Amino acid sequence: MDAFILQILNGLDKGSAYALIALGLTLIFGTLGVVNFAHGALFMLGAFCAVVLSRILSIAHVTVDPTRTDFLGNPLKVSTPYVHEWFGPEAGQTLIEWSVPLAILFSIPIMVAVGFAMERGLIKYFYKRPHADQILVTFGLAIVLQEVIKYFFGANPIPTPAPDALVGSFDFGALLGFDPGTIIYPYWRLIYFMFAAAVIAAVFAFLQFTTFGMVVRAGMADRETVGLLGINIDRRFTIMFAIAACVAGMAGVMYTPINSPNYHMGMDFLVLSFVVVVVGGMGSLPGAVFAGFLLGVLESFASMPAITTVIPGINQVIIYLVAIVILLTRPRGLMGRKGVMEE
Amino acid sequence: MGILEVKGVNKRFGGLQALGDVNLSVKENTVHAIIGPNGAGKSTLLNCLVGKLIPDTGSVTFDGQSVLGRKPHEINQMGISRVFQTPEIFADLTVLENVLIPCFARRDGAFRMHAIEQVRHEAELVEQAETMLADVNMLGKRDFHAGSLSRGDKRRLEMAMCLVQQPRLLLLDEPTAGMARADTNNTIDLLKEIKAKRDITMAIIEHDMHVVFSLADRITVLAQGTPLVEDTPEKIKGHPKVREAYLGEHQ
Amino acid sequence: MFGLSKADTRLFLIVIGLTLFAPFILNPFPEGSELAQFNAGYPDLMQRFLIFGIFAIGFNILFGLTGYLSFGHAAFLGVGSYAGVWMFKLLGMNVLPAILLSMLVAGLFSVLVGYISLRRSGIYFSILTLAFAQMSFSLAYSVLTPITGGETGLQLSANDPRIFGQSITDAGTIPVPSLFGLEMRDSFQLDVGAWLFTFNAGYYLCAVFMVLAFYLSIRIFRSPFGMMLRAVKSNQQRMTYTGLNPKPYTLAAFVISGMYAGLAGGLMVAMDPLAGAERMFWTASGEVVLMAILGGVGTLIGPVLGAGFIKYMENIVSKINDNILHQWFSFLPDGLEDVVVAIIYPFIGKGWHLTLGIMFMLVVIFLPGGLVEGGQRIGGWIGRRFGKGGSSAEAAAKPDAKSSPAE
Repeated sequence: MDAFILQILNGLDKGSAYALIALGLTLIFGTLGVVNFAHGALFMLGAFCAVVLSRILSIAHVTVDPTRTDFLGNPLKVSTPYVHEWFGPEAGQTLIEWSVPLAILFSIPIMVAVGFAMERGLIKYFYKRPHADQILVTFGLAIVLQEVIKYFFGANPIPTPAPDALVGSFDFGALLGFDPGTIIYPYWRLIYFMFAAAVIAAVFAFLQFTTFGMVVRAGMADRETVGLLGINIDRRFTIMFAIAACVAGMAGVMYTPINSPNYHMGMDFLVLSFVVVVVGGMGSLPGAVFAGFLLGVLESFASMPAITTVIPGINQVIIYLVAIVILLTRPRGLMGRKGVMEE
Repeated sequence: MGILEVKGVNKRFGGLQALGDVNLSVKENTVHAIIGPNGAGKSTLLNCLVGKLIPDTGSVTFDGQSVLGRKPHEINQMGISRVFQTPEIFADLTVLENVLIPCFARRDGAFRMHAIEQVRHEAELVEQAETMLADVNMLGKRDFHAGSLSRGDKRRLEMAMCLVQQPRLLLLDEPTAGMARADTNNTIDLLKEIKAKRDITMAIIEHDMHVVFSLADRITVLAQGTPLVEDTPEKIKGHPKVREAYLGEHQ
Repeated sequence: MFGLSKADTRLFLIVIGLTLFAPFILNPFPEGSELAQFNAGYPDLMQRFLIFGIFAIGFNILFGLTGYLSFGHAAFLGVGSYAGVWMFKLLGMNVLPAILLSMLVAGLFSVLVGYISLRRSGIYFSILTLAFAQMSFSLAYSVLTPITGGETGLQLSANDPRIFGQSITDAGTIPVPSLFGLEMRDSFQLDVGAWLFTFNAGYYLCAVFMVLAFYLSIRIFRSPFGMMLRAVKSNQQRMTYTGLNPKPYTLAAFVISGMYAGLAGGLMVAMDPLAGAERMFWTASGEVVLMAILGGVGTLIGPVLGAGFIKYMENIVSKINDNILHQWFSFLPDGLEDVVVAIIYPFIGKGWHLTLGIMFMLVVIFLPGGLVEGGQRIGGWIGRRFGKGGSSAEAAAKPDAKSSPAE
């Protein structure tokens, strides 16, 4: 039983990342009808927002401290981050430590700007082109974005730790009445899951309860009719694209302490996220979220030793296997609406 | 005994009875029109004939053989060709290739792997296709991109693609839908011309009474999924039931 | 000639000529000169041009004709590679059985993948092929290690049986791939003044296969089968209502292109008897997509050009570093020199992927016919600008595109 709960918990954080990316992909596909292969790159850009912020906060000036010497006997050079000077050493240090959570705020305007530029500059010209063209041009864009990041940040992963206060683990076992230490779960993963749940809830609430969201949902259901009503759906779609970019970016920011960001992390997540979207059903938001968590948890169960000894390698292929079976038996995915991309 | 026999066909979509006990007999070498107001089940009936839908009950036989359970391409191979509401052609291919493809389909069946032979060496089929194009006055455009043709030319091309297969039954799904009067008249002339030149049976689904009365030998009126009457155009014109069904829609 | 039309024959002869004389053509700069680093005429790279050319031709038969975008084609190349190495391990070092088995195994595997994936079209087909390829990659990397060598890759060893050859040479080394005794790494070098040309046995074996593969692709493009494949891309509905069954046509195209990939994989191990799982990773599948589209998808010669272009960038352009750039622009005033180098540097050398990505996007947006269409447009412009003579010369240089019905 405790092993069971542990696997569910383990699947949740990866599932959260899948769900967030898949949610953004589905928003874009459902509203704009565009298959966006550059969505993983947006996730990656978000992660690098965190890197940039932590570097900005760590910008330091170097002073020479004549009272101390280094091991060669020269006067010691001390570098002091500006934030230490401005806010005092302690507050400054806290600021640097908390750069990842702070980067969420930092990333929002950046990702909105990126999303806006992408939609206005490129995507809107591809609304009427075949899906294959959309895949190809966004695939090209993803390559360009990741190469730009590689140029500035290098090819190696950049460790970006969580704040010290949030490092460490939470003992679920004790809480649930099992032996202490049987179900240990890192705080940050717990935070990631809760963060993902909050973002997902916010997106759904936005679509459900605002007039804007209502129009967008109507547009997802029947774009032409909404256009005929004289509503400027294009402008709203641009905003939706920016929101989707933002969701992907925030998912990336929060993921940095779990996996050090590198330039190809977007592509790695993209492939799986597409599988998630297809399993959930193209164009279905609840489907994307549900499939994200489902596949994350399935993947974690499949990596249990008890299972891998029976079917070796199943943990490597379970997601793809599920996707193939679902695509063949239930063409519109788990929750897809009838007629959306059904071929 | 007609070439196409529809007997007791029923089709339900959930709670909606789209077709209720449809009986229809299309005699060889006639033009048989199926008319009816919107939602009468005309398109459903047509889809049952070409294999896109399978009726819940009843039988559809073509030339004594059942078409039920066969795939659309198999039904086509039996000798039924279909013209669509908006012309369905191979827009990326040339006009000549558009007509060559049915020629190959007729000679080689649903699939044949001839990857080494060259199209241009098939002189006989090319000639056959060119003759067909000349027949519909399109030979001058044989190397055009089919997608770049005018709508009227696309309609002609689609007819040519169907006729070159020498089908025994040609199904036409609202061939003049959305057309201007002049185009409609051109289409009527084209169909008359086709009928005059060869022995062919046509079944037309149509909304436009003008087209129907210009072409049809027999007319079946469909209303709410059931045939109301079947008779010659002259008798249909004055039929009270038809007037009732078409009240407000009469043209 | 060869049962081809005039324009196609000319194109075919040009391709034969280019492959035959590639050791000269690709080595235009004298040894030791500053530009010698742009020479691509060394066997290793020339072999890669041809092998990836074959791979891209095969991909083009599927995507160019039927419009089905496979994102998992590298799996067939990988499977072919493994099959080839196993032939070397079990039978002997002759390359022909290895290459034949590579094609056969890749063909069988593509029947399986194609049969399932082709039940869906559009993006679903892309995702299905991607899923199959990623599954193959993961399995090859982990569970199938006894067959695939896992992370280290599948290598020859001195303990292999090699029933029709020797496990180990008299000199105590592992034997090398050969064609009835002609070793693939055998080379003949020709010194002409300052120039050095290398003629490699392996390269010419690849050349034979590539010419055959190209010839077959012309035949397929101009055949009734090829026409049907284009019909699949254009309008499947009309196709079924014309009495044709699109499924076997697409499956046949899928298997043919899978066998092309298998041939490429077989040739790869014939040149260097080593197979690794990374060949099946989805980025490798993405690379062949880039090649075909950059060069001109749906044209005959485009994919080969694209493959050559990308491999040239990967192997030659990527080696340009900032020192070399500074040398080139040393004639400029100091400050300006730095600025120019700073602007260019991100796009070449290690940044060649960036250039590739940008070019690819430009091609998808503006030039659906790829470099071939670009060449045609420039040719047309020159023709209009400088009178009729220029235009017909250009038409002669790019006959495939002018007469390709796939355009």
